[in-house]
Amino acid sequence: MESLGVAAKWRRPGVRCGAGTGREDGRSGVRRRGVGRHAARFSAPAALKEGQITPTELCQRCLALVRSTQFLNAYITVAEETALKQAEESEKRYQRGQPLGELDGIPIAVKDNFNTAGIETTCASNMLKGYISPYNATVVQKLLDQGAVLLGKTNLDEFAMGSGSTDGVFGPVRNPWSYSRQYKEKSIPRSDSEPENSNWVIAGGSSGGSAAAVSAFTCFAALGSDTGGSTRNPAAHCGVVGLKPTYGLISRHGLIPLVNSMDVPGILTRCVDDAAVVLGSLAGHDPKDSTTVQDIFQPFALPTLTDVSKLSIGIPKEYHVPGLSSEILAVWSKAADLFKNAGAKVVEVSLPHTHYSIVCYHVLCTAEVASNMARFDGLEYGHRSDMSKSTESMYAATRREGFSDVVRGRILSGNYFLLKQNYEDYFVKAQKVRRLIANDFVKVFGSGIDILLTPITLSDAIPYVEFIKEDNRTRSTQDDILTQAANMAGLPAVNVPTALSERGLPIGLQFIGRSFQEKQLLTVAKWFEKQVQFPMIQLEEVKKHDDGVLQHQKSASFS
Amino acid sequence: MPPVCWKFIKLHENLAPWVPVVGLEIHAQITSNSKLFSGSQVQFAAPPNSLVSFFDASLPGTLPVLNRRCVEAAVMTGLALNCTINKKSLFDRKHYFYADLPAGYQITQQRVPIAVNGSLSYSLCIDNKMSQMVTKTVRIKQIQLEQDSGKSLHDDARSQTLVDLNRAGVGLMEVVMEPDMCCGEEAAAAVRELQLILQTLGSSQAIMAEGQLRVDANVSVHHPGEPYGVRTEVKNINSIRFLTKAVDYEIQRQIKELENGGTVVNETRAFDSKLGCTVPMRDKEGKQDYRFMPEPNLPPLILYDAKSLPANVNHQQVVNIDWIHERLPDLPSVKRAKLVELYGILPEHSFTLVNEDGLMEFFEDVVKRTQMKPKKVIGWILSDLLSHLKQHSLTANESPISSFLLADLLNLLENGDISSSAAKQVFEELWKGEGKTPLEIVKEKQLELIQDQEELEQICQAVIDEREKEVMAIKEGNKKVINKLIGLVRKATRGRANPLLVKQILEKKLSE
Repeated sequence: MESLGVAAKWRRPGVRCGAGTGREDGRSGVRRRGVGRHAARFSAPAALKEGQITPTELCQRCLALVRSTQFLNAYITVAEETALKQAEESEKRYQRGQPLGELDGIPIAVKDNFNTAGIETTCASNMLKGYISPYNATVVQKLLDQGAVLLGKTNLDEFAMGSGSTDGVFGPVRNPWSYSRQYKEKSIPRSDSEPENSNWVIAGGSSGGSAAAVSAFTCFAALGSDTGGSTRNPAAHCGVVGLKPTYGLISRHGLIPLVNSMDVPGILTRCVDDAAVVLGSLAGHDPKDSTTVQDIFQPFALPTLTDVSKLSIGIPKEYHVPGLSSEILAVWSKAADLFKNAGAKVVEVSLPHTHYSIVCYHVLCTAEVASNMARFDGLEYGHRSDMSKSTESMYAATRREGFSDVVRGRILSGNYFLLKQNYEDYFVKAQKVRRLIANDFVKVFGSGIDILLTPITLSDAIPYVEFIKEDNRTRSTQDDILTQAANMAGLPAVNVPTALSERGLPIGLQFIGRSFQEKQLLTVAKWFEKQVQFPMIQLEEVKKHDDGVLQHQKSASFS
Repeated sequence: MPPVCWKFIKLHENLAPWVPVVGLEIHAQITSNSKLFSGSQVQFAAPPNSLVSFFDASLPGTLPVLNRRCVEAAVMTGLALNCTINKKSLFDRKHYFYADLPAGYQITQQRVPIAVNGSLSYSLCIDNKMSQMVTKTVRIKQIQLEQDSGKSLHDDARSQTLVDLNRAGVGLMEVVMEPDMCCGEEAAAAVRELQLILQTLGSSQAIMAEGQLRVDANVSVHHPGEPYGVRTEVKNINSIRFLTKAVDYEIQRQIKELENGGTVVNETRAFDSKLGCTVPMRDKEGKQDYRFMPEPNLPPLILYDAKSLPANVNHQQVVNIDWIHERLPDLPSVKRAKLVELYGILPEHSFTLVNEDGLMEFFEDVVKRTQMKPKKVIGWILSDLLSHLKQHSLTANESPISSFLLADLLNLLENGDISSSAAKQVFEELWKGEGKTPLEIVKEKQLELIQDQEELEQICQAVIDEREKEVMAIKEGNKKVINKLIGLVRKATRGRANPLLVKQILEKKLSE
């Protein structure tokens, strides 16, 4: 870890720190030690600290953007009033010269399957429409405790079941890149009769709202959740960084579960360094989540890697799946070459059980869904049907009215797999296969591989009208294929935006690291990010509201 | 193999006898400040829904956090029941929809429970004779930790169900006893012994009337040498007395059913304590498939012993089986053996002392404060005190005669200050609880023995003078007749004469 001497560097000129700021505060000691050297990674904090913009102004600009990009349908709830109040509090801290840290005054968004006290939490389901939780999810609380400004709750597939952010009761999320200059220039209108906006592409899912919110500059970071790829997939489609941390590193308390044994809160940001900052503020044991590890987490700053020659990058051959677009394959190869040319060892490796992960995931996911959804019976909270013939008929009507077909379909299959007569044949087998999949990774990492490099989606984002031609299950199966195994094994994985497709849409690649080796993973991701110089989205909507604070040049933000 | 039953039942001389088989599933609420997986308080009879955390109400996103105290209570209980404690046990979800089960599943230990393969020895007397005690053993299949459910109150008139979640999530130990018993009395004796053990350990208050101990009995009958019959499960048994009745009724019902050519259906039946019979229950669970699944939010429960305890471990984070073992209090069986050894009392007396609430402590307090031998004290405790207590449905702690007063009384007797019949009179006076000491009562009622030798000799002489016929008989060799004279002296002194002394005086006078 870096020495305490870093503290001096942290106090930048222009930041009026009170005497002994942070010294009395035990927590800030850790924070300083952890992230001190690269304090200006969010461009906004630099501007905030230097007094170029106040937290309230920043919040107002973001809210204006949220409004002007409303057509993206990225947000389900915009918490304008509380956000402004939080910004005001933050402003006072800056005025006193006592900001809480890196995230103080930073506008963020949270996927609508995290509980937020006082702000509706819907899971994009009729079942929870209007539901206001009495408590904050641990991750939400941690962000608020560090001064972050919560703009609102982002759209998703109902209960995070999907890969397009198209299957929620509040309608589909539109990928901001659909409205970018890059896409508009390259896409050919399909016919004159079709309205112009029928070309819009999906955001990916299920954390599509969070990815779109970050991509469209409405916020600086967003929380997603990742069970089979739900953070990385939309991150790839929306051209943002999407980190799925190691299972057990971040508390799930307050995250409305999809699959408890695979769910991880995900982090969506515009650059890898920002993801590390958010990770540092969220990670660590939570007494309210027994599956979080006890070890003390030390927040870290990412070193700037100059030499990759000691790195061993694994290219798992099983990720060369049927249906992988030639474009993605080319980007993947190019990325491997990039490492090779820089002196890294690039090795083809095998994860032989990868192709069983889809069917295995289907069994484990639906079984847990069936169980987790049992609590939605209309008694304690959420939707309750008017049906009052009997308790049982009320349950049935409530669940029929409250859940979509997708959710009910998964509940039905899950209950089937859990029946006494099927349990051994499906659930137990799937658990065994899961173990095999996890062991594949153990072997590969044991053989000296540091990081795996894989594609993350089969292709760039496809138009909504194309996407909905297949049902949710088919789409989830196709789209999770490259991301799911990391969830099975609980490993950390990150999407790094890599290039634009021929159609002008983002393509991302995935780095998978060893358990709890987020620092190594993100260090490599950061090096890669710097090499590829992924272009910034050019949105007319953003330009109207921005004078350079929201759209920072990533290369310039590194110092 | 379960032990062979000593009680075959034969309803008709010409038919083969029946062997009843009884197994028990016992739910004991763990004595703990908070619930099994949440911080909510545990309290009996609190206002409805006043002890409900977000987790207890199954709010989305909440997660279970295991209560260490409950684990320790289960380990303690497992050790006391000679179980193997599993160093690694697992939690499972058992699914069913019911209004008082907010999550739609109960967290239990179906696959690998915390304790397995134990045994419980219990004693009972045959034909209600204290002198004919037999000791039996029932195997304990397992002890599992699980959540209690809430309570539903059905208001049929308004077709409403009211739900109270105060109990939802309270820690339970389910003790599963193998079908090694064969009648209501055995089941009752086993449950009573378990209850005593739990209370001694403090792992459960085990008060049946408050639902802290709930017993379900699995009952079947078959002919000797044949496989077990179809069993029924009897629920709603809320006292040990009812357990005896319910099991015996169910055995008789099944035998009658079978002998009349009927069949026993595998069903859940409820004991109706007013009618004294079992009736089929409107089955809330039906033929359910509980769709068990591992609880993904709880890592395996790992327990340590002195050997496996890792170095530098935070002791707040681990449960050490050996540490708990070393601190187990004396169990009822040990207490009884110690009583027999220490006080020289009969085993069956030690049984009563331990089984009756607070009686052992009462006895020991009396022994401590009196010069009377414990063997004599026990008679007063069992035949005088206990019968009075039973008549008035009181426990030893509620006795109007404190151990102090009884000790004082026994001291008067032991010192020869009063006769035993006077002592009984004093006892009756004391029972009234008027706040008088034994000595005050003795004084007031003039019950002291006549200490004056001369006075006593005069009374004896008067009796001899009056009873020439008896005196003649004694002198002719019929020694027994002296008892009649002793009785007359006692009558003349209104019980205030020491019979031994009287006998001596009479003998001396008659041999003159």
